[in-house]
Amino acid sequence: MRLDRSALPIAAFVALAVVVAVVPSFVSAFRAQQLAYVAIYLIALIGLNILTGYTGQISLGHGAFMAVGGYTTAILMADHGVKDIWTIPIAALLTGTVGFLFGLPALRLSGLYLALATFAIAVSTPAVIKRFEDFTGGGSGINLFGIPELTASLTPVTVLGKELAFNDWLYYLCWSVALVGYVLAWLLLRGRTGLALRAVRDSETAAQSSGVSLPKYKTLAFGVSAAYAGVAGSLFAIATTFVNPDTFPISLSILLLVGVVVGGLGSLAGLIAGAVFIQFLPDWSQRVSNSPGAPSVVSGVLLIALMYVLPTGVSGLVGRIRLLTRRG
Amino acid sequence: MADFMQQVVAGLASGSIYASLALALVLIHRATGVINFAQGEMATLSTYIAWTLTTNHGWGYWPAFVFTLIVSFLGGAAIHQGVIRPNEKGSVLRVVIVTIGLLLAINGLVTLIWSGEVRAVKSPFPTRTVDVGGVAISIQDIGTIGVVVATVVVLWFLLQYTKLGLAMRAAATNPGEARLVGVRVTWMLSLGWGLAAVLGAISGMLAAPSVFLDPNLMAALLIYAFAAAVLGGIDSPVGAVVGGLTLGVGLNLLGTYVDFVGADLRLPGALLVILVVLLVRPSGVFGRREVRRV
Repeated sequence: MRLDRSALPIAAFVALAVVVAVVPSFVSAFRAQQLAYVAIYLIALIGLNILTGYTGQISLGHGAFMAVGGYTTAILMADHGVKDIWTIPIAALLTGTVGFLFGLPALRLSGLYLALATFAIAVSTPAVIKRFEDFTGGGSGINLFGIPELTASLTPVTVLGKELAFNDWLYYLCWSVALVGYVLAWLLLRGRTGLALRAVRDSETAAQSSGVSLPKYKTLAFGVSAAYAGVAGSLFAIATTFVNPDTFPISLSILLLVGVVVGGLGSLAGLIAGAVFIQFLPDWSQRVSNSPGAPSVVSGVLLIALMYVLPTGVSGLVGRIRLLTRRG
Repeated sequence: MADFMQQVVAGLASGSIYASLALALVLIHRATGVINFAQGEMATLSTYIAWTLTTNHGWGYWPAFVFTLIVSFLGGAAIHQGVIRPNEKGSVLRVVIVTIGLLLAINGLVTLIWSGEVRAVKSPFPTRTVDVGGVAISIQDIGTIGVVVATVVVLWFLLQYTKLGLAMRAAATNPGEARLVGVRVTWMLSLGWGLAAVLGAISGMLAAPSVFLDPNLMAALLIYAFAAAVLGGIDSPVGAVVGGLTLGVGLNLLGTYVDFVGADLRLPGALLVILVVLLVRPSGVFGRREVRRV
């Protein structure tokens, strides 16, 4: 009997959701918090992969979109008294719009030039945030820790009659959003839209001559991708209960690229490995060397090595193994 | 007016540093079609080598300078042979990721070896000023401009008037036909990477005395160099120099006389230059338009 093409991914996803649901019962509060960050990175990576992995538009500046989301949440909470979780959809919408608008001029930039422009944006982002002090709190940032009625950071939260500590609540919040985002991305990418995006990536000229509208799909990819980054930034602000210009440095943008490459360009499932990698890399490299430079050396060398042997990342490896076993 | 001229000269000095790094980017882009995101980090590494030689090993400034240039040249050529060449086939994304990997690895390595501490770097030029027609000009600025001008002249002579330069240009413009007439194309391209590393090292060593040395020395400078290269046209060496000087003077005057810009918005100013030029005239002021073949 031939199973439906989507049966395996759905089964794997259900298994993942079950694992995610039970994990907090077995790990410490500190570990739960770390795993919440994995979910946040996963959301950002899904966004970046839609743009870079599936549509072929290189972004070296996704941290800037995360900054838009993070500051949206921080400003709404600190200045307008909006409760933390309600700022997430607003951050998604706003950042998505910013991404869509950036996608319009970006239509004229291809390949290397887009990489260059997005890189420059990410490098300049902290300076811009610092300059507009009245709005963003300047270099000292915005502290959300002092407003407990809007966050769960001091008091436990009651969800569905169950009382949750802050770390567990954060974990469930981030993973719920990540899993929903995962499903939405999967639905978007499996159908005609996904096909059109991949066509743009593989050859713009060929895609165009088959009737794929480049402006439509590229700006769509930018908008959706930025919305994901905005949600990730928003959750990041909630998780750290503090934002300042250095919360979103250029190294964050580069780290996201590392995560996508490690997980696999043009794959969703592999991104979980990518997100785990960028969250735990500092811990792992500390065993080798205590220097703050060690994680960068490891990820830099790994990035280059992957381009030599495995340009498709972890998911590519899995795919290759599957191909080999099928042949054998 | 004297104040204005002073700002112009200071702008020319920082502009010549941008020009040097921009020229490195242009050389590499012409030779291998790559935008080298690691150019700034390579320059930082070179600057640290020079700093170690002068501070810990008692070398004089200029011997250390020359030695660093030689090491940088070899390092640049080695990076091309070892890392770039095997990955240049395939999508643009692949080679961008490789240069980003280099950026991370070199930045981490520098932090690993020299720690993140901020170091003061001595300038080879006296910090005094000289009076030229009522304008006080710092000797350091004149020295910086002088070194870059000399480098550009030597490079221009090498590329335009020597057989080696001709072979390099041939390898960059038309690798296939250059190979047919006996040019060792990959070695010429490596030579280009080596020269670019030398230019980067010069910009790093000239910049360090005025901004202090730390592992992120070149992060902002790289953006200024990108802006300069894009402004002049990413394939035009003349454009890179003119672009660098224009940007240096322009940003310095804006920062001094326009309160809104101040010192904080220079970097976003460079970003704006990049975006506007890429959108309005992607080939830059001196560049030629790119034609895509299907």
